[in-house]
Amino acid sequence: MSDQAGQAGAAEAQKKQTGPGRGRAIRDSILEGNTFTVTVLAIFTAFVVGGLLNAFTNTTVLHAWGNLFSDPGHAIATAWDTAVGAYVEMFEGSIFNPHTVSALFQQASFSAAIHDGYLSAVFYPLSETCVQATPLILAGLAVALPYQAGLFNIGAQSQLIGGMIFATYLGYGVSLPVVVHVVVCVIGGFVGGAFMGWIVGELKARTGAHEVIVTIMLNYVMIYLLAYLLSFPYLMQAPHSSNEITAAIAGNAHLPLLFGSHLRINAGFLIALACALAIWWLLSRTTTGFEFRSIGKNPSAARVAGMNVERTWVLAMLIAGGLAGLAGATVIQGTDFTLNFQSYGTYGIDAITVALLGLGRPLGVVLAGLLFGALHAGAPLMQAVTGTPVDMVEVLQAVIVLFVAAPPLIRAMYRLRAARAGGVGGVMSKGWNA
Amino acid sequence: MELELKGITKRFGSLVANEGIDLAVAPGQVHALLGENGAGKSTLMNVLYGLLQPDEGEILIDNQAVRFGSPKDAIAAGIGMVHQHFMLVPVFTVAENVTLGIEETRPPGLLDRRRTRRDVRELSQRYGLEVDPDALVENLPVGIQQRVEIVKALVREATVLILDEPTAVLTPAETDDLFRIIRQLKDGGTSIVFISHKLKEVQAIADTITVLRRGKVVGERPPSSTEDELATLMVGRDVQLRVSKQAAKPGEVVLDVADLVVTDLAGQAQVNGMSFQVRAGEILGVAGVQGNGQTELCEALMGLRPATAGRVTLDGRNLTRATPAQRLEAGIAYVPEDRQEDGLIGDFSVADNMVLDQYNKPPFAKGINLNLGAIAANAAERVKEFDVRTTSADTAVGTLSGGNQQKVILARELAQEHKVLIASQPTRGLDVGSIEFVHRRIVDQRDRGVAVLIVSAELDEIYALADRIAVMYEGKITGFRPPTVPVEELGKLMAGGADQDPAAASALAGPLASADPPQAPEPPGPSGSSGTDPSPSAPTGIPGAGE
Repeated sequence: MSDQAGQAGAAEAQKKQTGPGRGRAIRDSILEGNTFTVTVLAIFTAFVVGGLLNAFTNTTVLHAWGNLFSDPGHAIATAWDTAVGAYVEMFEGSIFNPHTVSALFQQASFSAAIHDGYLSAVFYPLSETCVQATPLILAGLAVALPYQAGLFNIGAQSQLIGGMIFATYLGYGVSLPVVVHVVVCVIGGFVGGAFMGWIVGELKARTGAHEVIVTIMLNYVMIYLLAYLLSFPYLMQAPHSSNEITAAIAGNAHLPLLFGSHLRINAGFLIALACALAIWWLLSRTTTGFEFRSIGKNPSAARVAGMNVERTWVLAMLIAGGLAGLAGATVIQGTDFTLNFQSYGTYGIDAITVALLGLGRPLGVVLAGLLFGALHAGAPLMQAVTGTPVDMVEVLQAVIVLFVAAPPLIRAMYRLRAARAGGVGGVMSKGWNA
Repeated sequence: MELELKGITKRFGSLVANEGIDLAVAPGQVHALLGENGAGKSTLMNVLYGLLQPDEGEILIDNQAVRFGSPKDAIAAGIGMVHQHFMLVPVFTVAENVTLGIEETRPPGLLDRRRTRRDVRELSQRYGLEVDPDALVENLPVGIQQRVEIVKALVREATVLILDEPTAVLTPAETDDLFRIIRQLKDGGTSIVFISHKLKEVQAIADTITVLRRGKVVGERPPSSTEDELATLMVGRDVQLRVSKQAAKPGEVVLDVADLVVTDLAGQAQVNGMSFQVRAGEILGVAGVQGNGQTELCEALMGLRPATAGRVTLDGRNLTRATPAQRLEAGIAYVPEDRQEDGLIGDFSVADNMVLDQYNKPPFAKGINLNLGAIAANAAERVKEFDVRTTSADTAVGTLSGGNQQKVILARELAQEHKVLIASQPTRGLDVGSIEFVHRRIVDQRDRGVAVLIVSAELDEIYALADRIAVMYEGKITGFRPPTVPVEELGKLMAGGADQDPAAASALAGPLASADPPQAPEPPGPSGSSGTDPSPSAPTGIPGAGE
């Protein structure tokens, strides 16, 4: 195997030496032609690695493995059951649970079943996936959009907190009629995030401060600003509360539920999809998007062509911040209804991985957001039933991104095995210890 | 050690960077390699240093053929190289940098810092290369950093030292110091290959000068040959590429540049008080050896670099502080010197690149929306009109050949309404067929009444296109000449020679400098101002108007 690896490496090296122009063309075609394949394979590989990790950290499995020589079948079967069992529960928690369907058909009448929530139970996992995916998609777009303009927005977290603060304050602090209040809060969330993004863009445009440093630092600033705001009743702390939490937002400010009170899926998901569509349109169909992409690919040629690079940076960060702010608003207005000192969760960091997995494109971000949303939605059931810790999800996310970020690794892995076994299908049947 | 290159040929795709180059470096000699940017000097040295493999030809050391698969082999054979951009680790000390890769160790595998330091000190003393082995490289001035590079090569026992454009980053005093070091090394038996495009330096230091042009050796000269001769040889006049064109019919002054000063980041004036005018329907060719401020001039004219002083007006409109977008709007079309860096977005399609500076104007934009149909239609039309060889308009422009990339830029720039065309090195790296095509298009523009400014380091190009020639040297115009000027005279001006013919110069400089007060609007010029007919009877020129 190592021989083949050497040969493949040599062949690749030779290809590269045929000349800079041609070498680059070949490299690009490999990268672009296989981006989708690589991503799918990366996810697949991550699940395999995650399964192995799960199986071999499980005490039952390890115990069975200890008796490998007396009962090898049992050891392997236990490992398999553990790994697959966790994924089955994760699937049931995030997409579809067959038990809920059988429960539905055991009811006397269909209308009664609907009334008692049995139909909702069927769709509950999907609803949870969408709920979890909503802020991930929005925050993922907040990273993907500046990426297209050549900027690395590590500050989705600070922008998300900015949006949360604005949306929450408008949620409990003012009293407005039904539809208006929701809209005002959502817009407030956008403005709060956009302000944070604008600071970054403006600093970069005016002083050349690197956006990575600025956004990372602003993340800290916002975390502590939030804690500060939540520590004093005359700021945002709920009256008569000793916890770092705000009062609940008004009912009028809640995002409307889409499918009744049994399912948490709400209008926030539609906002996320609409934003993805809008960003796709912005990037691929507008003059502004043309500027974003030009500056992202070659800022000096963009400048020569008369584009205002600095202004575009500011605009990209402003919109990105707004998107992250919206993510914060959908969390507050859709599911949490109050703001506490940990409300921002890991959305800001997950956003980077979502954008990376989504290859910086709006559709990709939606798909990646749904995948990660499903992982988050399925984790609690997985832990409850199989005892696999929810941290497993974090591991999966990390491994997926690790593989996506290293396409040569995936290609080397699968090309070699595919060459020998004659197809990707053969890879797994041979197992990983072959 | 005697080093010889025989028939070295190196191709990059269709581009021939080196063609049958013969070069012999005798021991203890300074051999200068003179040529413009892109003449193939660096490619040749990279071949010699093992970074590139030649397609043909061989390298001989003491009459033994050798093959360098990597710089490691070259270093082992006693070849050292000081790159134009230093290969030093800024946060390491001098001694650490010198020892990097050949670290001396003492048991049990610890770095022997003391020995390294001693080696550095000893070498510095022997060759008069004073450096403090414990100084951090990032704190050293560039001149000293260069010494560190030289010490690095000497520690590796180099007997042939390649210096790639060593004076490009040095102050005059540092240059003198470097020359002293080079002489000392030479006396110690080291051979030096000195790469440069600066004539004076080459004359000052070299024992033999080999001139490269377009990847070929065009001559070998002793240092006693004149600067004019070297300059002429370097920019050459061998190909007879002449576009048939009528005599120019210059109209009103369109582009007026007065006392323009452009300084670089270090505060050095790269353009130092240039004044010239370009009329509608004429081509002003700016000739000169590269690196005399041409790049900065073009960038300043496009608003990509601020003008420190002076004034740029277009049709009477002051553009001195205008943004690039405003200048495009005012009617400047621009073909940048570096087409891949400044002219195109390699990952974008041909179609997108053809609207790169018009994407936000009708018909390519409707409000904020891009009109993809119009962009595609435009691309189809232009690809046909300019004969761009591409599989489709959706192909990434970076995959096209240089000539076709240049056609994409021309197609874009010439498609829009414009009054001035500024083209910098418009045919660099192109094949003969593409050159002819580009030249014809440029002359076309002139005949349609556009004021054209061509900046080129190729004398052939200047002769083929220009109706008037301005020669640039160290940020200044050393003279204006008609295109009938003998090449020797241009060579003299390019080498900074004083203007011998002030009358003709001023008559050509500002077409009407003699007739009107400087600020007055200019009426159409008399025949004396036409580049093709320099009237010797224009003696009333204001002296020094050419500066």
